[in-house]
Amino acid sequence: MKLGRVAGTVVSPISHPFFDGQRLLLCDLVDPAGTASGYLIAIDVVDAGVGDQVLICDEGTSARQIFQIDTGPIRSVIVGVVDAIS
Amino acid sequence: MQLGRVQGTVVATVKAEGLEGVRFLIVQPLDKHQKDKGSPVVAADALAMAGPGELVYFVASREAAEAMEERFVPVDHAIVGLVDQVTLAEDNQ
Repeated sequence: MKLGRVAGTVVSPISHPFFDGQRLLLCDLVDPAGTASGYLIAIDVVDAGVGDQVLICDEGTSARQIFQIDTGPIRSVIVGVVDAIS
Repeated sequence: MQLGRVQGTVVATVKAEGLEGVRFLIVQPLDKHQKDKGSPVVAADALAMAGPGELVYFVASREAAEAMEERFVPVDHAIVGLVDQVTLAEDNQ
């Protein structure tokens, strides 16, 4: 999984059916040392807020397991809000 | 998934099996501030709704094939949503 920080929200009224009702958050990818390296748009399933440091699953098969589906155009899912890194 | 801007369409009548009826759009990947980043790609339009100039988000690799109606259409990028609004936290502006 990857570490990131929620940078903002994405509103998309017209999308592939899979995304209907899903919450899209734009996350900066930030490594433990704090170095940013790009961004991605992920589905949030843990009610993360803008500014939160988060854990992102970025692989299709695991992402689809989260939604218990065997096919769907999803790969990036926010699966945790980070409390601390040591 | 990444942000992209639709720049145009590609028509290819001679193509691999499975690609019939797939609409190809030229998409310029964008950074989170919607500035061009990297080179354009040709993406399948899984929505059949995106037009030139539209802000979209797209998936790549296997998830692109998974976005299509038919099972395993051989595409490596697919548009899966039109973007109405991206709101970044103030400090990210």
